[in-house]
Amino acid sequence: MNMNRRRFIQASATTAIAAALPLIHSPAYADTPLKVGYVYVGPVNDGGWNTAHEAARQQMLKELGDKVTSTYVASVNEGPDSERVFRDLANQGCGLIFGTSFGYMDSLMKVAKDFPNIKFEMCTGFKKAPNVANYNIRFHEGRSVIGTIAGMLTKTNVGGYLATFPVPEVVSGINSFQLSAQKVNPKFRTKVIWINTWFDPAKEADAARALIDQGCDVMTQHTDSPAAVQVCESKGIPTFGQGADQSKFAPTMCKTSTEDQWGPFYISAAKDVLAGTWKNTDEYWGMKEGAIQMAPITNVPDNVKAAGDKIIAGWKDGSYNVYAGPIKDQKGNVKVAEGSSLSFDDILGLNWLVDGVDGNMG
Amino acid sequence: MKLKLEKRPEPSRLMLYASPVGAVIVTMIVGAIIFSIIGYDGLGAVYQVFIAPVATSYKWSDVAIKASPLILIGVGLAVGNRAAIWNIGAEGQYVVGALAGAGIGLLTQNATGPWILPLMILAGIIGGAIWGAIPAWLRTSFNVNETLSSLMLTYVAIHLMNYLVTGPWKDPTGFSFPQTPLVTADQTLPIIIPGTQIHLGVAITLVIAVVMWLLMTRSVFGFQIRVVGSAPQAARHGGFSHKQTVWLAFLLSGGMAGLAGIFEVCGPFSQISLGFPQNYGFTAIIVAFLGRLNPLGVILAGIVLAITYVGGDMAQSALQLPNASKGIFQAMMLFFLLASDILVRYRLRLVRRAPAAVSATVPERSAA
Amino acid sequence: MSLDYLIAVLITVVGASTPILFAGLGELVAEKSGVLNLGVEGMMLIGAIAAFATVDQLGNPWLAVVAAAAAGAAVSMIFAVLTLSLSANQVATGLALTIFGTGLSTLIGNNFTGRAIKTFEPLFPAALASNPIGRVVFGYSPLVYFSFIMVALVAWFLRGTRAGLILRAVGENDLSAHSIGYSVTGVRYAAVAFGGAMAGIGGATFPLVLTPLWAEGLTGGRGWIAIALVVFAGWRPVWLLAGAYFFGLLSTFELYAKASGASWTSILPSEAWAALPYLATVVVLAVISASKQAGGNAPACLGKPFIPSA
Repeated sequence: MNMNRRRFIQASATTAIAAALPLIHSPAYADTPLKVGYVYVGPVNDGGWNTAHEAARQQMLKELGDKVTSTYVASVNEGPDSERVFRDLANQGCGLIFGTSFGYMDSLMKVAKDFPNIKFEMCTGFKKAPNVANYNIRFHEGRSVIGTIAGMLTKTNVGGYLATFPVPEVVSGINSFQLSAQKVNPKFRTKVIWINTWFDPAKEADAARALIDQGCDVMTQHTDSPAAVQVCESKGIPTFGQGADQSKFAPTMCKTSTEDQWGPFYISAAKDVLAGTWKNTDEYWGMKEGAIQMAPITNVPDNVKAAGDKIIAGWKDGSYNVYAGPIKDQKGNVKVAEGSSLSFDDILGLNWLVDGVDGNMG
Repeated sequence: MKLKLEKRPEPSRLMLYASPVGAVIVTMIVGAIIFSIIGYDGLGAVYQVFIAPVATSYKWSDVAIKASPLILIGVGLAVGNRAAIWNIGAEGQYVVGALAGAGIGLLTQNATGPWILPLMILAGIIGGAIWGAIPAWLRTSFNVNETLSSLMLTYVAIHLMNYLVTGPWKDPTGFSFPQTPLVTADQTLPIIIPGTQIHLGVAITLVIAVVMWLLMTRSVFGFQIRVVGSAPQAARHGGFSHKQTVWLAFLLSGGMAGLAGIFEVCGPFSQISLGFPQNYGFTAIIVAFLGRLNPLGVILAGIVLAITYVGGDMAQSALQLPNASKGIFQAMMLFFLLASDILVRYRLRLVRRAPAAVSATVPERSAA
Repeated sequence: MSLDYLIAVLITVVGASTPILFAGLGELVAEKSGVLNLGVEGMMLIGAIAAFATVDQLGNPWLAVVAAAAAGAAVSMIFAVLTLSLSANQVATGLALTIFGTGLSTLIGNNFTGRAIKTFEPLFPAALASNPIGRVVFGYSPLVYFSFIMVALVAWFLRGTRAGLILRAVGENDLSAHSIGYSVTGVRYAAVAFGGAMAGIGGATFPLVLTPLWAEGLTGGRGWIAIALVVFAGWRPVWLLAGAYFFGLLSTFELYAKASGASWTSILPSEAWAALPYLATVVVLAVISASKQAGGNAPACLGKPFIPSA
């Protein structure tokens, strides 16, 4: 019984303090360092998606020095778990919180409603609120460099694409790969396998093998582990890394990798909050803004490297757009007419595959 | 002089209730030591994982909503396990229950009225029960080991969920994200404690747990379950059909798991997405055992496990303690509990060299 | 469908089947002695990280196999002490072991994520494996050949040796075996350790043969398949080999069917194909369990604690 009473008193005291906390932490962040919270969907050393976010967080810390402090929570499941973590970060006094997986969107929106003074940034999301902004990278720009190289290197004219679930980001990657490859190689086709799991390296490896055995002589993937990249190295199939430089897993076969650079955006968002100029506009950055860059293109003939570099330059100066019309879907319908191009909203909600892709949507 | 295990004349009630508590405490001590050795702040880790969620009042809500599905599924499993029926497929029944309820939800998206939520809940129970009926049928008709069949069906259930969520049930306004539409206001479980996330499902779970306890201790059904589990021969003589017990156990635990699933859909999740399965069905097995297969004990055990989940997050953000530490603490609690189990039926005695003429009882064939 | 293609498929199937074959063999022996150890997934993960860490640090894949076996056996001892010496419930203890093994392997593995390792040098000279037929026979990782050897060894042990007879006796009627003078607990400890070692090697197959990397949860639930396979196989090693390959074939089939883009594969959604191996297992279990003659019954003492009279 003593235990209960002691606990009760302690709990009441804690409640009183917790209730007072919001009053102590006033929204004037100018004098105290801005606390920035990050929520990651996987481990920070996965060598891909989460590693890139963590590296960017470190860049922000370095750039902004003692104006910010920061913390992160990793391997957080989407759903109520993430809601709890967002609330926790909010209660700890964060002024800016980043959610780095699309699965967090609805949980983040719920918490954002309860903490109107805190700014929330949702990665690859789309819902709107006064204190919520979405941010994203134009991954298709990177995929088009890969597609161009693949289109030039292939001899069988069939490229393999290992995909997980048919979410727009993945679909856009496939479409961009195919479109850019067929621009340099009109006979190019892409075979897609959906492995329907976010994480199973052995299955990824088997799926890569299946694609290769089916005649794909270039491969790329949109998975969370480098398993497929390793299979390609062992079979001598040119491949490409994703999220970060994965050439250490395939020293001769990994021709380049897309490297997600969230750093410039994180720095910019934190600066805006510090200066009080933060707005809830959605940001969709690409090569021009330095949000995505390619690892050096290696182990390919000079003309292939030159072609790849040209695509990169083309995105930066606006002369290249893989999504410029005409674009047909798999049934032959013209989805984008000549002279126009897919809008950002279209790309963000892409749910159809272009002509030249073999495989259904999931 | 040696340590000998001597059978107690009857199981020690003290040890029965003390051992789970002891297991938790020993876990805290051993955990602190181990994590200190591998380079983390051991005491801090234990504090964050076990104490902080209790000491921080705004965390109670999190603990409650995390504990609710664990308790609900755990109670169902506890009943089955008492009858020596091992339902390892609760996770699959949870998912199918959620799907069944969500399906009704999709059909009634544009309707309003107070009848929608109860209908979804009913569908959830039935969905889970049906998924639990399959292993029951396989066991009673083909003698298939229910542990294996229920487990295999879990994978099938998850694939079914993936298909529905990425295909026919995807939110058409949702930018192709693999998730169902959000539940409507009429389909949401009301919050019963304002200012928290504690929803009606939490209260219903507690009521069900108490009801199941009454049922297990005071009804013929409860008696049947316990006798079938501990003395199958006697059960047959008493007219209790094993087959019927298998059906009852699976329908009950399946239904409860399904109910937990639909509560999550109409409560914390507000939809079904690819990340919906949270392994509650497996964690609930630990909860059932830690609660000594007694519905009231399951309530406490569910709260303890929920505390470790919530505390695990807190330890991560406060100390950068790795996420995997949660599983280690949870497993340790179960290990220590199972280790101390024997002290309920046996006591340690220091005996001298003389051969001990211990009770020559017929060895038990208990599976508990 | 060229010969090359079929052989490529076969090689992938062999790769997919080997880990569950190892783990299944170990569990089979443990269950033959009367112990039901559901901790296979946890032990496989421990074996996988032990193997990865060994190769990463010491560079020797053979040593890694030994390390994996030792680690798997060591961690199985937690289970053994709890269930054999302290009469704890085997189902619960096995589950706790799975959770523990998963968490521990992740914790240790945190230091090793994002690294790549070298695996086995080919066992046979490259010339032997240069033509298609040669590849089918000679083109596998040493662990694959080892798995076949183990099937034969286990089958011979159980049927043709005295020790195997004792083990089976302990599993069928522990009281009689005890009264004859055999140490039931001792035999079971050994069987559980063997099960742990084999599960460890099964887990090691992932980084050493299939995907030379570490990631948390690398085994992707194969441990549970291995447990099902033992029942599937009626507790007979040679049937276990068939079952493991059947399962491997089904899993691989799904991927190859999708890759081939053949239109008939789209009659079912892709998730249905993914679920197929599990459904097939349930169906086969039903057929086997219903027929009492097929494949031999479960060891009579499976899952029950041994409590001798004084």
